[in-house]
Amino acid sequence: MKSWIAFWNILKKDVKNYYLKPPNISWGIIFPLSWTLMQLIRSPGGNILELLPGLISMSVLFGTTSMLAVTITFERSGRSFDRLLLAPINISVMVLAKIAGTILFGIFNAFVPVIFASFLIDLGAVNWGLVFLAVLMIAITSALLGLLIAVSAKQVFEAQTFSNFFRFPMLFLCGLFIPISSLPLVLRPVSFCLPLTYGTDILRGAIMGANTIPPLLSFGMLFAFAMALFLISRRNINRKWIM
Amino acid sequence: MGMVSISNLKKTYGDFTAVDEISFEIEKGEIFGFLGPNGAGKTSTLNMMIGLSRPTAGEIRIDGIDVKAQTKKAQAKMGIVPDESNLYNEMDGFDNLCFCAALYGMRKEEREPRARQLLEQFRLKEAGKRPFKAYSKGMRRKLTIAAALIHSPQVLFLDEPTTGIDVESSRQIRDMILELKKKGTTIFLTTHYIEEAERICDRIAFIAEGRIVTSGTVPQLMESVSHGHAIQFVTDKNIDSLPVDLQACFKGSKVTVRPDHSLVMASDQRIPLFPVMEFFHKNIVEVYEARELRPSLEDVFVKLTGIESSVLKKDKEKGGRQ
Repeated sequence: MKSWIAFWNILKKDVKNYYLKPPNISWGIIFPLSWTLMQLIRSPGGNILELLPGLISMSVLFGTTSMLAVTITFERSGRSFDRLLLAPINISVMVLAKIAGTILFGIFNAFVPVIFASFLIDLGAVNWGLVFLAVLMIAITSALLGLLIAVSAKQVFEAQTFSNFFRFPMLFLCGLFIPISSLPLVLRPVSFCLPLTYGTDILRGAIMGANTIPPLLSFGMLFAFAMALFLISRRNINRKWIM
Repeated sequence: MGMVSISNLKKTYGDFTAVDEISFEIEKGEIFGFLGPNGAGKTSTLNMMIGLSRPTAGEIRIDGIDVKAQTKKAQAKMGIVPDESNLYNEMDGFDNLCFCAALYGMRKEEREPRARQLLEQFRLKEAGKRPFKAYSKGMRRKLTIAAALIHSPQVLFLDEPTTGIDVESSRQIRDMILELKKKGTTIFLTTHYIEEAERICDRIAFIAEGRIVTSGTVPQLMESVSHGHAIQFVTDKNIDSLPVDLQACFKGSKVTVRPDHSLVMASDQRIPLFPVMEFFHKNIVEVYEARELRPSLEDVFVKLTGIESSVLKKDKEKGGRQ
């Protein structure tokens, strides 16, 4: 019960202090909208339905990784993060509470292009249950990736630089812009080591019925990525933050 | 075993030894001060005691709980005030206290009255609804201490509690520390303010280069170095020429002239006043005042640690500017 009280209050504090701040809300809306418009302008005759999985994935990835890495690094530099480390709560509970806020923010980001698209095309054939699960899993893995970056960064600008170092190669290698089958042979195995590849593929299946990997395998891979990232982050927090 | 028990605690960073096998105990309800200059190992020791840093070797027990093995259980008994006020800038005072209470698993119906009570106790009731970022340094420090007390800890750790804050807030904080001691709270504090340590600590440990040089109550520390006698004479004129004659008359004494028309006569033996006064009279020097000089805690610190008090004063100035 005590852990639950701490978890809920950390989540509530983060949502109130960071995610519900006007600049972040506007970022959460403007960023996915910009991606959507950019893609529509780039290929005016393009099928919006085909663009949607990529737009959703990008919105979640950018929303979660940047927010968590920056907020944690910000709290670390102001030393308010020490309060969480010194509280009598398990580090796993604290980590879960910190990523919960950013996961919610990522989910909010994901549905901005969906709402935008719903005004332009019929989304009646979309499997929304699968879309939600895919978005949730992309948000979890991206948030944990953000946490991993936050553990390594000392300053906010470092966190932003590290985030881009991971995010942009991931965008180009996960099959969003270039199908994995068209990538040079040497890069294809790298694609299958990226959580976004599996998340995007589930979304393609749920929105267009065009997945290339069985959804169960994709979910399994995303779950494995989430577990691995959680354990590595937890170990790194223990090693780097409690010196 | 005391409320806090430290044995052979060591911390190294590569080749550098920050804390070098220190041991001490703090009894329940005692105020124990760690006095030393910046970089002496005070904060490194404190960080290990609160579980924010892992000892290279040694053992820390809080109320019998091994901090290394059961960190979270031990942390539940601690209240921690870091050297920098580290509450959340965007949140107001009341919300900050409630949030800290929630981290200790306190329910809403427990934490809200407790937060109100602490705001009142720390004279921050009016400021309770203002964001933390709008607080003055003294107010920030007081709210940080209130946050550490929100769950009524058995042991309170204070890292440089009055560094860089105004006189009135410092006084309030010192009074509050003494008040907590009366209620049975065990207190460990680090400071580089000698007067503060002298005024509020039951026992003091001098720390330099990661080692405890000595520890004890203030009278014990004074006694450990006062092996002589000294008398200061305040006179009516410049007396630069007198020391040599005075030393010749009173064998075994050492006389130094101070710039304020006074001289200090020191000796291993007790100094007989009448012959000295006669000497001054013969030399047509009027004596306005004669007082026995006892070593201050600062003198004791300098003598035992070999660290000049100017180093501590520089630290103090740095603290004041922070």
